[in-house]
Amino acid sequence: MRLKYVMSEVMVGLWRNVTMTVAMIITMAVSLTMLGASGLIYTQVKDMKAYYYDKIEVAIFLKPDITDDQRTSLEGALKADPLVREVIYESKDEAFKKFQTMFSDVPAVVDAVKPGQLPESFRVGLKNPEEYQAVREAYVSKDGVDQIIDQRNLLEKIFNILGAVQTMALVAASVMAVAALLLVGNTIQVAAYSKRREVAVMKLVGASNWFIQAPFVLEAVVAGVLGSIIGFGALALGKVLLLDGSLQELTDLLTPLSWSKVLIMLPLMALAGTLVSSITAWVTLRFYLRV
Amino acid sequence: MIQLEHVTKTYPKASRPSLDEVSVGIEKGEFVFFIGPSGSGKSTIIKLLLHEVHPNKGRVHVNGRDVTAMRSWKIPAFRRQIGCVFQDFRLLPNRTAYENVAFALEVIGKTKAVARRVVPEVLELVGLGGKEHRYPHELSGGEQQRVAVARAFVNRPLILLADEPTGNLDPDTSIEIMRLLDRINRTGTTVVMVTHDSNIVNQMRRRVIEIESGRIVRDQARGVYG
Repeated sequence: MRLKYVMSEVMVGLWRNVTMTVAMIITMAVSLTMLGASGLIYTQVKDMKAYYYDKIEVAIFLKPDITDDQRTSLEGALKADPLVREVIYESKDEAFKKFQTMFSDVPAVVDAVKPGQLPESFRVGLKNPEEYQAVREAYVSKDGVDQIIDQRNLLEKIFNILGAVQTMALVAASVMAVAALLLVGNTIQVAAYSKRREVAVMKLVGASNWFIQAPFVLEAVVAGVLGSIIGFGALALGKVLLLDGSLQELTDLLTPLSWSKVLIMLPLMALAGTLVSSITAWVTLRFYLRV
Repeated sequence: MIQLEHVTKTYPKASRPSLDEVSVGIEKGEFVFFIGPSGSGKSTIIKLLLHEVHPNKGRVHVNGRDVTAMRSWKIPAFRRQIGCVFQDFRLLPNRTAYENVAFALEVIGKTKAVARRVVPEVLELVGLGGKEHRYPHELSGGEQQRVAVARAFVNRPLILLADEPTGNLDPDTSIEIMRLLDRINRTGTTVVMVTHDSNIVNQMRRRVIEIESGRIVRDQARGVYG
């Protein structure tokens, strides 16, 4: 009976102030979408780092006039280096074969390059990809070394862009969260005012505090949950339309974003929405209900 | 039943205390008038008993419990033992007489079945039989106050507090309300009434405690307004 009473009070409350309720739900939804998006970018960047850092290597290209002695001593030094995980020698022929397969669908490019034109190199895998700079300093001035290229540089740029997008999403999420917070506070104030007579009678006859406060807090929680569901819908729509749709080619470059990761965001967003709205409602009631 | 010990209450920003070292005891089943001019501090006593305000000094005991030391989460259960009636009735305008009384039961966890059984009974007791489904604006002032009394009494409280219950009523209606409070008192309920209606006090001939400037100046069994 009491549960039914509380629930009907919640519905009446949400409906009485429907424009405010809609505004509350929309801001909550936008804020939570941003939060979810930044969460997805975060896990995505983490996954990509784990995936690519294993595979990237430092390429030490050798001068065409390198002597066998120089090459042997360089290889020895690399193999003895504690920073280095593995060293693979790539001869001119191997470089050419790799080049042929890489550009097999562009015969004109393959034809333009003759065997022996591509430099030989050491492909060096590092124990910790972050220590590239130390490796570079140790080997760049060695005899026979032409240039050293770190594949990580390219990835870092992508990660930096994704990081910036994530920060922007987080900033937008916090700004919208503040707006949502204020709206929740205001809605609760209006609700408490329009029910001030009932609240006064309830206090007088000794209704328990939770019973007086529950409808107000639940009103905010329902809005928060609705907001998170809408926000999740927006996130799923974003995956279908953007990542799997118009940005398909970019998505292929990055590691794919699985549905399971998107789905995990729903409970997280619902939790965030519920917590923010219920705490705000409760704090507002402390000031405006004085039970 | 009610015990005030050296109670002093000064409201913030007030120059002098509303109640100054007041000590008074009220037995179970008594009918007590607190009288005095406006601002004498008599309404503060009701607020103290309801735990709406806290005394700056002294102790308030109600039904053997120290109200001043009561934890805030215990207040709701405590208030269920006290019925309360006010000058302005404090009814819910969008609910009928029946619903107003039933509301008070339902919000403290009584079922609708209980309400269906006891609400018509108590409305009959206060003389509103047949008018259960009228809204407050369809009732006279006296009838509205009867609804308020029914709401205060439906829980069979140990104490009924009445803060100028006849303040908005004409003399004849006031007397009817007083008869009702008297009947409730005869069931064993302690009644504490704050008033400055001399007619009523003189007719009832009950214990009168007069307060002036926060101090008790007279405490007389079977007293008059004076």
